[in-house]
Amino acid sequence: MSGPALPGLIDGFGSIIRRDLLLLWRRPGDLLNPLVFFIMVSTLFPLAVGPDAQVLRNIGAGVTWVAALLSMLLSLNTLFLTDFEDGSLDQLLLSPQPLPLLALGKTVAHWISTGLPLVVVSPLIVMTYRLPSEVVPVMMGSVALGTASLSLVGAIGAALTVGLHRGTTLLSLLLLPLAMPLLIFGARTVSLAAGGEPYAGGMNLLAAYLVGALALAPFATAAALRISNE
Amino acid sequence: MWTFFHKLGSPPHFYRLSLLFSPWFAIPGYLLIAWGTYQGLFVAPEDYQQRDAFRIIYVHVPAAYLAQMTYAIMAVSAGIGLIWRMKLAHAVAAAAAPIGASFCILMLVTGSIWGRPMWGTWWEWGDPRLMSALILLFLYFGLIAMRSSITDTAKADKACAILALVGAVNLPIIRFSVDWWTSLHQSATIIRKGGPAMDAEMLWPLLANLLGFSLVFGAVLLRRIRTEVLYRERRKRWVRDLVLGDGAP
Repeated sequence: MSGPALPGLIDGFGSIIRRDLLLLWRRPGDLLNPLVFFIMVSTLFPLAVGPDAQVLRNIGAGVTWVAALLSMLLSLNTLFLTDFEDGSLDQLLLSPQPLPLLALGKTVAHWISTGLPLVVVSPLIVMTYRLPSEVVPVMMGSVALGTASLSLVGAIGAALTVGLHRGTTLLSLLLLPLAMPLLIFGARTVSLAAGGEPYAGGMNLLAAYLVGALALAPFATAAALRISNE
Repeated sequence: MWTFFHKLGSPPHFYRLSLLFSPWFAIPGYLLIAWGTYQGLFVAPEDYQQRDAFRIIYVHVPAAYLAQMTYAIMAVSAGIGLIWRMKLAHAVAAAAAPIGASFCILMLVTGSIWGRPMWGTWWEWGDPRLMSALILLFLYFGLIAMRSSITDTAKADKACAILALVGAVNLPIIRFSVDWWTSLHQSATIIRKGGPAMDAEMLWPLLANLLGFSLVFGAVLLRRIRTEVLYRERRKRWVRDLVLGDGAP
């Protein structure tokens, strides 16, 4: 079979990331919403539990992680939705490029647009919750690893629920159990670091989760996309 | 052997077989539970440390075993349904999820009641075994919610199968959580190096209950699969004959 030469895997992977980022760039609201949500949720806690410095220091790590988790969940809903609505998802499914690779590309673009901003603003939480400033690299590192895993695992859920009524609630219901280990390891790592204790174990577990998700999630996402579009 | 397997995949054939086999699961199952529970509650000696409180083990351990076993059965049949496109396998997965969730709730409740006198708390947030068991329950809830929100059965089957397979990652975590992280929950007592760390008089009733619970589970599962199959095949001729006819499939 001969035909026009197909672009290589790298080209396909790169162009889907570029396309998704460009689309987001044209609608900056979508880009900012998760970030603003994250900041607002973390503002709620000092208002609710009071401004006591010791209490804030104790809950800082957990609050950051819960806020990051919720903000990722909210943004995951739209990961495949716009493509589903305008039909470009069908084009992706028909494309000669391997679907897991394209799914991974969309996931990477999602992390760059949603996870990365959270990583960048997370030091702000460290400061406002009176955590010691040595925690900043641990906080940024753990949030980076955790949000990347969330994007990967979340893509499976988003692919399964695309085009369903009540999709958002269902998506949270599916993803929260899978995301709980991340929350546990992530918050624990940061609070250990804040207490001046060794925290490498938690970081290793987060990294292990990410590696596992990176290896398996794109295939599950691709299979789920095919089912949702039958 | 293979003809048997292929025939099993045909819904009317399965329906007949399952009607035939169900009593063989249910009757010995209830008898074993009755014997095991009586022996466990009245005959087995007191634990030297926990005294009478340990007796809840005769419900807690079978429930915990089945909560995980059901998930494994569900994940394997979901995989079979996805790979070999066997419709009956999806019906098994659909029928198993609510049973698994029930056993999971039973496990958490009995564990909590046991934890109150032993650990001095109903629930311990820091315990990995407890957390992974809770995650298992949430996975069941997610699967049930997902199935009920997709109206197209074939699509729901496949979507739930993927989710069940993804969630199967949790099973080894539950199994090894007590060994990887030290916690309040004790580690394995029956299946371990050097044989069971339990007196025979305490062990036999537990094994009887384990087997009894499993058999009753089998009977309930078969019944639920029958209902599921009838519902799915409701437009087929054999179901119509069965319902409107003399009742002999």
